[in-house]
Amino acid sequence: MSSIILIAVLLSLSSLGYYLGRRKAVAVAYGAPKKVTMHSRPVYYGALTALWCGLPAVLVFGFWLAFEGSIITRMVVADLPAKYRDLPEARINLLVNDIKNQVEGNIVSVKEDPDILRAARHYRRLQSVSRAALSVAVLSLAVGGILLVWSKIRPSLRARNQVETAVRYILIACSTIAILTTIGIVLSVLYESIRFFKAVPVTDFLFGLEWSPQTAIRKDQVGSSGAFGAIPVLLGTALISAIAMAVAVPVGLMSAIYLSEYASSRLRAVAKPLIEILAGIPTVVYGFFAALTVAPFIRGVGESLGLDVSSESALAAGLVMGIMIIPFVSSLSDDFINAVPQSLRDGSYSLGATKSETIKQVLLPAALPGIVGGVLLAVSRAIGETMIVVMAAGLAANLTVNPLKAVTTVTVQIVTLLVGDQEFDSPKTLAAFALGLLLFVVTLILNIIALRVVQKYREQYE
Amino acid sequence: MNSPNFSTNGASRRTIEVVRQSLKRRYRAERRFRRYGICAVTLSLIFLALLFANMILNGYTALSQTYIRLDVFYDATVLHRDALASADYGRLVKQALSDLFPDVQGRREKRDLFRLVSSGASFELRDRILAHPERIGERESVWVLADDDVDMLVKGHIPRDLPESDRRISDRQLQWLDRLAAEGRIEKRFNRVFLTHGDSREPETAGVWGAVMGSFLTLVVTLVLSFPIGVAAAVYLEEFAPKNRWTDLIEININNLAAVPSIVFGLLGLAVFLNFFGLPRSAPVVGGLVLALMTLPVIIIAGRSALKSVPSSIREAALGVGASKMQVVIHHVLPLALPGMLTGTIIGMARALGETAPLLMIGMVAFIVEIPTGFTDPATALPVQIYLWADSPERAFVERTSAAVIVLLAFLIVMNAAAVILRRRFERRW
Repeated sequence: MSSIILIAVLLSLSSLGYYLGRRKAVAVAYGAPKKVTMHSRPVYYGALTALWCGLPAVLVFGFWLAFEGSIITRMVVADLPAKYRDLPEARINLLVNDIKNQVEGNIVSVKEDPDILRAARHYRRLQSVSRAALSVAVLSLAVGGILLVWSKIRPSLRARNQVETAVRYILIACSTIAILTTIGIVLSVLYESIRFFKAVPVTDFLFGLEWSPQTAIRKDQVGSSGAFGAIPVLLGTALISAIAMAVAVPVGLMSAIYLSEYASSRLRAVAKPLIEILAGIPTVVYGFFAALTVAPFIRGVGESLGLDVSSESALAAGLVMGIMIIPFVSSLSDDFINAVPQSLRDGSYSLGATKSETIKQVLLPAALPGIVGGVLLAVSRAIGETMIVVMAAGLAANLTVNPLKAVTTVTVQIVTLLVGDQEFDSPKTLAAFALGLLLFVVTLILNIIALRVVQKYREQYE
Repeated sequence: MNSPNFSTNGASRRTIEVVRQSLKRRYRAERRFRRYGICAVTLSLIFLALLFANMILNGYTALSQTYIRLDVFYDATVLHRDALASADYGRLVKQALSDLFPDVQGRREKRDLFRLVSSGASFELRDRILAHPERIGERESVWVLADDDVDMLVKGHIPRDLPESDRRISDRQLQWLDRLAAEGRIEKRFNRVFLTHGDSREPETAGVWGAVMGSFLTLVVTLVLSFPIGVAAAVYLEEFAPKNRWTDLIEININNLAAVPSIVFGLLGLAVFLNFFGLPRSAPVVGGLVLALMTLPVIIIAGRSALKSVPSSIREAALGVGASKMQVVIHHVLPLALPGMLTGTIIGMARALGETAPLLMIGMVAFIVEIPTGFTDPATALPVQIYLWADSPERAFVERTSAAVIVLLAFLIVMNAAAVILRRRFERRW
């Protein structure tokens, strides 16, 4: 039985359980010669039955699906002839891929190894056995749950309390998913990074000046030194982010100031949502815009000035990323400027200050912590931004701060290292995870500082 | 007190002078500052206009596609009735072209001639014959897809006055095309292929429908997972959670996750869902899972502020008539907060629809021709399709990429408009 059908059957069984439980509760209440008072309303007896029918079955179902694949694979590998079992891990993985392809019917390998055919047959048999067992287990659990509660329905059963406790635990479980996600991110990135740092020392990674992740396939190959020094990549990221912030902070801050202090409410009502549209445009669109229009334009301007501009210049990517971040800076600054109490403005005006003097000497200093927090959040977004730089920035890791040259960034390297075929035993693939760890840690620190600053600032005026 | 009066008078006159002088400067500074503000606002609006104009100007030509009318003879010697699906339809197309230009001889010339028509033309003929096998042996006038280079020429993207070596269309081909045009055999028609087909290496037969379906399936998974979980988490944190370290930790986590770069979620998907749990690559399920984890913080934060805006008098009233805490939430608070939660969910979905980077990590970046129909079929998503096409060298893909961008933006505008309408209609001020 396929998963979707099984889920549908489970759902209808639960509905049936709800209906049966409710009917039984009503029957118990009114069926007795003397009318009895149930502890809870009939709905809760129904809900309790449905919960007992659905919950255990769904839990078993989830665990089964999560571990079915790897357990079957392990069983098949263990059953392979001895000459395969002693192969290194990477070869076994390839073999398993072959077997899985065979199972799914897309034959890739030209020669059909009888051993693989046999393993594929074994795999398919195990799979169908597992599926059948799963269906039986889940359905019997569901039916058993219904019967159990159904037989226990009587006036003294505290159905409402039980249902509410169950719902409460479900709510708690849902709220811990955020923590599980963070743990998952940290573990997945850390695990592969540690494997990477076994091959490449941490100091080489953090302080090395050369980045060329192409490792040599043959010993005597030229030009594939496999250098994993992250400094050029980090410098490129910093350069592009700096350009982006140089565009976004003045423009975003000034638009926020103008719209909140000077503009008429009509202009504000039109311009603010329009600027916010910039934040809703997918980054891949910005990337396409940068690669198609902005980069050639900058190159053309540079050439007419007699400058040597790379077609994947950091300037183009940074500029477009800056445009993307404008609404982010402006909406955050807007919040903080509006949060400054009116009395501060009035005090400044009464001393004879002009509007711009009030803004520069009273509002901005008062709102500064908030704005700094907002800018830090924007920086963390610029560092983690992927699509614009993948499409508009370069691949070569040049150690330069010249914005007209091509540089590469952390995210570009992660994408180029991980898109396509991956072998999880070469430092080349694992390097992407090390970069991911670096990215996660840096943005995490920025976010924590920024959120702290913003929160403190918010409390100040509340 | 009398004598210094004079001197203060003089001093105050001087002060007035100074103030007057400085006032001029200060007003100038004021005007300048104001102008900076106007500049900043206009600059942002110009960027926005430029972006949209760029996409629309580049993309609107993809609405039409050049077709060439050929008189095809359904030759019974080529089409065997028992193997209609695998017959050589390309030969029919070539024969029709040769009939039109009988004076074209020589292998290279002929190859140039055949290149005017898309390789997709033979599939069109196959579909026609499979639908009406009785037409075999007849002659029919059929509009077939022109090659992308021809299409670009007709649309004016390849200038005719370029030297021949820089042009993808040779002088010879240009003459043939002019003759075809004079005979009324060239026409631009509505580009249905673009909206109904999957990806293709040939620009003229490439469409966005496969990517749209992939995005749809992915978003369904995202919605089914993230909405209930997000609402449940928001309800717990806002209504039930005690104020202690654990809930503080959860809160910090959620705020941080909202700001973690999306590509890191892609790494999580790759390491956990693909490598550890062994889920299939390129599948909408995995994409949906990753995007669900990404949208969860958005939904939780929006849900909490929606719950916060429900006044506590409602809770107290319900408690006062004897409802349990759970009944208060489920019967009264949640229905009132639901519009706000839905708005947040739609905005989160819109963001998930535009997300590309995590999908690259889990392999939804493959070249996939078939239109996905299930959650485990290999698929791409609309933004990934844009990324793939943007990398293609053919000139015709530029307009198709821009058109795909327009399609994506249209979806986003519809979703955001829905969120705004929802907010306007159901938002209550207490």
